[in-house]
Amino acid sequence: MKGDAPACAVHTPATLGEALAFLAAHPDWRPLAGGTDLMVPFAAGRLPDFNFLNLDPLHELRGIELTNEHLTLGALTTYSEIRWHEGIRAAFPNLVQSAWVTGAAAIQNRGTIGGNLVNASPAADTPPSLLAYGAEVELRSTAGSRWVDYDAFHLGYKQTALASGELLTRIRVKRPVPGAFHFYRKVGTRKAQAIAKVCLAGYGRAENGRVAEFRAAFGAVAPVPKRALAAEALVLGRSAAEVDPDAVRAALAEDITPIDDIRSSAKYRRFVSERLFASMLKDFFAHLG
Amino acid sequence: MSEKMALKLQVNGAERTVQAWPMARLLDVIREDLGLTGTKEGCGEGECGACSVFLNGKLVNSCLVPAVQCNGAKLETIEGVSPTSTDGAQLHPVQEAFLRCGGAQCGICTPGMVLAAVDLLKRCPDPDEEQVRDGLSGNLCRCTGYVKIIDSVLAAAKSASPDGAKAVAK
Repeated sequence: MKGDAPACAVHTPATLGEALAFLAAHPDWRPLAGGTDLMVPFAAGRLPDFNFLNLDPLHELRGIELTNEHLTLGALTTYSEIRWHEGIRAAFPNLVQSAWVTGAAAIQNRGTIGGNLVNASPAADTPPSLLAYGAEVELRSTAGSRWVDYDAFHLGYKQTALASGELLTRIRVKRPVPGAFHFYRKVGTRKAQAIAKVCLAGYGRAENGRVAEFRAAFGAVAPVPKRALAAEALVLGRSAAEVDPDAVRAALAEDITPIDDIRSSAKYRRFVSERLFASMLKDFFAHLG
Repeated sequence: MSEKMALKLQVNGAERTVQAWPMARLLDVIREDLGLTGTKEGCGEGECGACSVFLNGKLVNSCLVPAVQCNGAKLETIEGVSPTSTDGAQLHPVQEAFLRCGGAQCGICTPGMVLAAVDLLKRCPDPDEEQVRDGLSGNLCRCTGYVKIIDSVLAAAKSASPDGAKAVAK
């Protein structure tokens, strides 16, 4: 291992209050959740941080609460807990799908949804699901708690709305209406363990044959996990016959800004994004009947 | 700069305490401090599953777990997988099946494969091939090409079921 363990200090708080007080006094200490992202650059000697705030024992950050109105996930909820939760499976299939395609069993047992959001990789698998479901996140500091639209959380590549001394503590999602349309597709080199080349999540419903609610979000084709707002606008309020596929494709070209990197090329990502989106719309209108 | 911590673990049923840096990888604690070299390092970044162990009953990549998150935990490694023997004299049914079906070749991925298979069979005692592939999807083998490994897990599931035991007895 190239990581310099002897050079590292770790503070393990007993309560969330203690963690927030510590973070207020030491805002540069790096919060450490399940470690599945952080330990990789650490062990390779590439992590600039040497001081860690160990969130693992904080029970306040665990737990899944599912009511008739909302799903609330503690930030330390693992992918496995999401994947195997019957209530989530029934009401939020995209969340189960995205937890299932993140790593494999051993990663899913440790990796946390809060860590996934704060790590802020544009290629992460759960953010598109949460964007499509219109999630909110709770950010807490010693000054108090604020709920932020998840859509406003990612500001730029690896930049988030977290202020100094704040922790992401909970994620809340409104329960989808029964019979709504859910779509999730990840394109990677293999089913498990691969990081996405492109991923797309969608959620929608119709009233009187017209789209009454529709959100679609991509991973790995922009500096942040990103809603396809321009394309969404050309679908919302319309019937299947009123959606112009060429206009949607042109709008998508504005929504996404894919790049060439080790996992794929911009050209391939753009092509696959258009095809995935068209395939999703086809499924959506077939679902509406 | 930090200090080493007294890390208490229940290792394959026995209480152990070792001195470890808080950010030491569990993998290094297992191999260097506990002297249990059955757990292998493959990629060192959570891709290959060679370092898989059970931490508090859950399959984890020990290369991605810092020691500080293991204090007081129950750890099971490949050395302790057989319920009746820690000296390797008696094998777990999954190990038996790997032996019988040629599921092991160079041996680097095998401890992780066996533990991932044990984990799968706990959750899903009678898996079909697709479920076996899903259960082992976090474990990479560069020798056998997976067919014999998947056969081994399917055979282990059969030998563990009441019908399978009868079939073996015949």
